[in-house]
Amino acid sequence: MKDHHESTDHPVDTGPADSGRRAFMGVAAGVTAAVVAPGVVLHSVTAAPRSEAVTSDVRWGLLIDTAKCVDGCSACVEACDRENGLNLQTKPEGASQGHWDDQKAVWIRKVKLQDNQTGRVTNLPMMCQHCENPPCVDVCPTGASFKRADGIVMVDRHTCIGCRYCMMACPYKARSFIHKVMEEQLTLVPRGKGCVESCNLCVHRRDFGQESTACVDACREAGHEAIVFGDLKDPESNIRKHLAEMSSRQIREDLSLNTGVRYSGI
Amino acid sequence: MAKAAVRAGLVAVGLAWVLVAQVVLAADAKTYVLEGSKAATLESCVEPTDVMRRKHMELIKHQRDETVHGGIRSSKHSLAGCVACHIRSDAEQGPTPIHHKDEFCGACHAFAAVNLNCFDCHASVPKGPDAELASHAAFQAVGGDRSVQARPDGEDH
Ligand code: SF4
Ligand code: SF4
Repeated sequence: MKDHHESTDHPVDTGPADSGRRAFMGVAAGVTAAVVAPGVVLHSVTAAPRSEAVTSDVRWGLLIDTAKCVDGCSACVEACDRENGLNLQTKPEGASQGHWDDQKAVWIRKVKLQDNQTGRVTNLPMMCQHCENPPCVDVCPTGASFKRADGIVMVDRHTCIGCRYCMMACPYKARSFIHKVMEEQLTLVPRGKGCVESCNLCVHRRDFGQESTACVDACREAGHEAIVFGDLKDPESNIRKHLAEMSSRQIREDLSLNTGVRYSGI
Repeated sequence: MAKAAVRAGLVAVGLAWVLVAQVVLAADAKTYVLEGSKAATLESCVEPTDVMRRKHMELIKHQRDETVHGGIRSSKHSLAGCVACHIRSDAEQGPTPIHHKDEFCGACHAFAAVNLNCFDCHASVPKGPDAELASHAAFQAVGGDRSVQARPDGEDH
């Protein structure tokens, strides 16, 4: 390997012809992807970018075991904020804290349910439910709200006009509107003023072949493992095995939206 | 006879102008690719320079739909790739946002009186734990891997 490497290293500096240079680049890409030091490269090997369009062979979803979701824990919310750059939002000058809490973009909310009869309290994280028949898509006048073939419902900010019809149509209060100019974004998560946004199941992670979502990782690290992510169409997937074993429900089942996010224990 | 001579003369002058203009334009272009960016060390962009100048917005626009709707992240025309390659950063100040007036995108757009708004939503510096993934993908798509250098000593394999 060493020889191979040195022999290819040479032409990058001195290669006369452009075609030779390009051929080398091709080789170099293969070499580095396979052999360069851990750390950085491991990252790029495990995270090969998607080069074919998504298909409906998969449908991504989440299963939330509310029995394991702990009162007062917000690990998933914080992880989502970091992953998607929601923590880069700043309160506009002069706005009250209450106003800001209402207005800032939130992709996951911790919701507390109480059975008035028994007093039993259940905590659950609520995010976009990635409906199979999404009302947000039905009402969007521009086609900006759309469902990817793999079941992820999201907003194409290039075409969103900020009318917020989708926010009205969503039964889960899953969507947020960006009211103010954003100074800072993350490279993989563009976001800005005048567009609606919501949980996209860490779509960039999907496209780079990573295995979970930020909330799932955070919940596991916090020791709760209340959220499972996976392919609802694959009978061998972790999420399907869990779904086969435990009873689960959709929130607002009566709406027949066939949500991609399921809850057990409610 | 005289007419032909005049015509030939005009053609010659015209040709000379074209040549001069090209040289001037080329010199001018150099000023837009900034010292200290990766781009400054490379022979050309993902397409020949004249194509990039005229068509970069079309290239980016076409791939945006593939990325957002199809999830394709390996396109060789990617805004994250532009930023990663053309950003100028020095050790102390860190990268300077690419849409600022003296930076790559900002300078040319100011010159051409184009009011760009990509960076109302897109990060103007490579940012985030996985920022390198996006630019890395773009570099790989052109058949190179410019964000990760193989170790010269070959110890890594
Ligand atoms: S939960 Fe709301 S935003 Fe998500 S797909 Fe359903 S209707 Fe649309
Ligand atoms: S706010 Fe944007 S995504 Fe929502 S309905 Fe209007 S155009 Fe569609």
